[in-house]
Amino acid sequence: MLLERHRAKRVTALLFALAAFILPRAYASGPQATPSIFAPDSTPAIGIYGLSLFVLQITGAIFLVVAGLLTYVIIRYRVKNNDDGREPAQIYGSTQVELAWTVIPILIVVVLFLTTARMIFAIQDAPRPTTALDVSVVGHQFWWEFRYPQQGIVAANELHVPVSSTGQPNPTYMKLLSADVDHSFWVPQLAGKTDLIPNHVNEMWIDPLHTGLYVGQCAQFCGTEHAKMLLRVYVDSPDQFAAWVKNQQLPAVQDPAVAAGRHVFETQACMNCHTIRGTVGTGHFGPDLTHLMSRDTLASGAALNNPQNLRQWIKDPDSFKPGSLMPAMQLNDEQLDQLTAYLATLK
Amino acid sequence: MADQALPIRGTLDLTPAQSKRDGMLEILHDWITTVDHKKLGILYILYAILFLLVGGAEALFIRIQLAFPNNHFMSPQVYNRFFTMHGTTMVFLMGMPAIFGFANYLVPLMIGARDMAFPRLNAFSFWMTAFGGLFIYYSFLGGSGLYGVGNAPDVGWFAYAPLTARAFSPGNATDYWAVGLIASGFGTIGSGINIVATIFSMRCKGMTLMRMPLFVWLNLTVSALVLITITPLTAAQIMLCIDRYLGGHFFDTQAGGSAVVWMHFFWIFGHPEVYVLVLPAFAIANEIIPVFSRKAIFGYPAMVTASVGIAFISLSVWAHHMFTVGMTSASNAFFTLSTMLVGIPTGIKIFNWLATMWGGKIRFATPMLFMTAFLFQFLIAGLTGIMLSVSPWDWQLHNSYFVVAHFHYVLVGAILTAIFGGLYFWFPKVTGRMMDERLGKINFWLFLIGFHLTFDVMHIPGILGMPRSIYTYEANRGWGTLNLIVSIGAAIQGIAVLIFAYNMVISLFKGEKAGNDPWDAWTLEWACSSPPPSYNFATEPVVISRRPLWDLKHPEDPDWKYE
Repeated sequence: MLLERHRAKRVTALLFALAAFILPRAYASGPQATPSIFAPDSTPAIGIYGLSLFVLQITGAIFLVVAGLLTYVIIRYRVKNNDDGREPAQIYGSTQVELAWTVIPILIVVVLFLTTARMIFAIQDAPRPTTALDVSVVGHQFWWEFRYPQQGIVAANELHVPVSSTGQPNPTYMKLLSADVDHSFWVPQLAGKTDLIPNHVNEMWIDPLHTGLYVGQCAQFCGTEHAKMLLRVYVDSPDQFAAWVKNQQLPAVQDPAVAAGRHVFETQACMNCHTIRGTVGTGHFGPDLTHLMSRDTLASGAALNNPQNLRQWIKDPDSFKPGSLMPAMQLNDEQLDQLTAYLATLK
Repeated sequence: MADQALPIRGTLDLTPAQSKRDGMLEILHDWITTVDHKKLGILYILYAILFLLVGGAEALFIRIQLAFPNNHFMSPQVYNRFFTMHGTTMVFLMGMPAIFGFANYLVPLMIGARDMAFPRLNAFSFWMTAFGGLFIYYSFLGGSGLYGVGNAPDVGWFAYAPLTARAFSPGNATDYWAVGLIASGFGTIGSGINIVATIFSMRCKGMTLMRMPLFVWLNLTVSALVLITITPLTAAQIMLCIDRYLGGHFFDTQAGGSAVVWMHFFWIFGHPEVYVLVLPAFAIANEIIPVFSRKAIFGYPAMVTASVGIAFISLSVWAHHMFTVGMTSASNAFFTLSTMLVGIPTGIKIFNWLATMWGGKIRFATPMLFMTAFLFQFLIAGLTGIMLSVSPWDWQLHNSYFVVAHFHYVLVGAILTAIFGGLYFWFPKVTGRMMDERLGKINFWLFLIGFHLTFDVMHIPGILGMPRSIYTYEANRGWGTLNLIVSIGAAIQGIAVLIFAYNMVISLFKGEKAGNDPWDAWTLEWACSSPPPSYNFATEPVVISRRPLWDLKHPEDPDWKYE
């Protein structure tokens, strides 16, 4: 009796544990380290998730019926040990039966198609609110550039957007462009992917419902380091977002203590590819470094952004990202230290 | 010479047994200069098996690299070459030669012909295909690229522009890919023409179109499809070469070219190509399932209609590979619908196979085991295909490991499984010896376990956001364990394929003698001796139904009464 009650308790606890494990995945309350498409947290992704459950039910039912029949046939009609060796009755076909299994799939296709079409138009042709934030996303081998035309900001690799809620929609509309080859913007919890194609402007939108960091990555093979073209979307509260925008709009910090490092930046090849606003560096081939230290990662998410990694990255980019287009800068140790110290001030 | 074992009159081999034994050089010369459809068929199959082993080895290297997060087994450069070559190999150098091998060997035998319509074109086609494949592989040695000597293609088997432009793909690796495939493409087109011409003009007396074995019908469909689909690929590759060396701007986005045009060209080839590969798998199933169920195929006219229907619909679905490139919502809806429509004739086929087995006496010899697995796996592959046709869901699943799992379910779970079944089924006809049943069963079960371990599990990382074509991934993404399981499954499949290769070799020398008709089957090839004489039939056979050998074995209840 006691044992049974104990067991009942254990089963209940297990059920709760399972629910606790599954439910947050199914009904996401925020960003997760594993970017599951079944943990949607933005209107397009949630719509797709709902549709996918519907399709799973239909295909699951088809599977059960057909696989069930197959299993039955295999067991029921396998040749018996005491078989008399005579051929079974030959049946050549039946028009009625053929018609039945033609018409039923047609009906299923009609239902599936109408449901799908509705979702295509709902996501792709959604009316754009006037308050929406505009971002131009430019794909590069192998990093992301984010331009905010309304705010006059250029950022890289880490996209900041404001949070939305059902009462107060605050969507971000992204124009997708590419500077070189095809890429694809995919943050599974926020939306389906859309490709970035040179000479071909695409658009997609997201409206994340929770603050935090959503991860994703490039989903179209784009060359050697396609695997390390990671994407980080930071969803900020309105205050955080305003503060971030304000900081990004400032020119680079001018700290006389690190003037030597700045000199290295301006006199070496760095400035051919990188912009730091307020210096002579206006290159566009690599990421804008004006607010480098406001980012959590280096090399499009390949390494954490701290002075040690930064130094290592400048010295030998291949140690983090073999095949990255950033060349090893061949600086001596002193120059490296000075440059790292300078870059570390670019908050 | 009234011989009961040779039921079709006129198939008797009247020539005396060959007494002269040739030396190695003569044998080699004979195989290289042969225009016999059977020898060319065998060459195609051996070529396909060779590249199955090569492409399989590449897959295993890929799986070792992906088994653990942040693995350093391979550099990204090498990984990119391997996955590009794995895809290119399995589609062009393994899949296509395998299906043409079956068609070459069996179509003339099944329609009672002595050879293909154009035997020399047939030899030319094979050697073009062979040359193309070897040419692509020579790039490992000769294709000077960015990274020193030897650089295989590394732009993906889909070779999306503008990654293939000289600015992004310096060196010659991409040229090896394009020129090699142009060469093998000509071979493929030659074979396609040949098979169509053979089927239309070489059928024996009484073999009307509606009496042809379904195997022949499907190969007719496939060959017609080949003529339509290979051409855009060849055209696109020629345009790519013009871009790279003659200053063309078809796909050069820096100069106003279009990357999307390449995608259209590639997929209007690429999607029908899937059907070019899978219809021959259906063809094999159409022959094996009835024989081992001991029943005539259910709904022959429906099967013919469905096959031709699939071929037509398959020409209108290509842009379902492009749901994410920013087409209009109307285009997305159109290609969603056209893709879902494929499900209808495909469903008809599965139901007809089911009905063929229903009420039969099913013998589970190795070929039928493979067919059973084929049915289940093809069902699942079809259903995940329906999921991918739902374009909003495809925006999530596209280019993820879910897609990789889906198309491997088609290519391995359906096509390769059917090819294995077909090889076990027709090996006795080709060699005169049975393949070993015990090894066959081990091969089957190991392959089944490995396959499901790999490709069932592979769907999940896709759902969890893992894109394809990546050489490594972060440890905190939660994909590690799943990828390890997938890799273990791949190793098991590798062992199964080796057992298959061993079984083939050992059975060739030590297999049990097969006789003419070991499976008690019904189509014309089983009326010939095993292996068939070089001229197939001494005199032209005459048929009056779809199952000529059934009619002979059951004169009291022949097929033609019911057709």
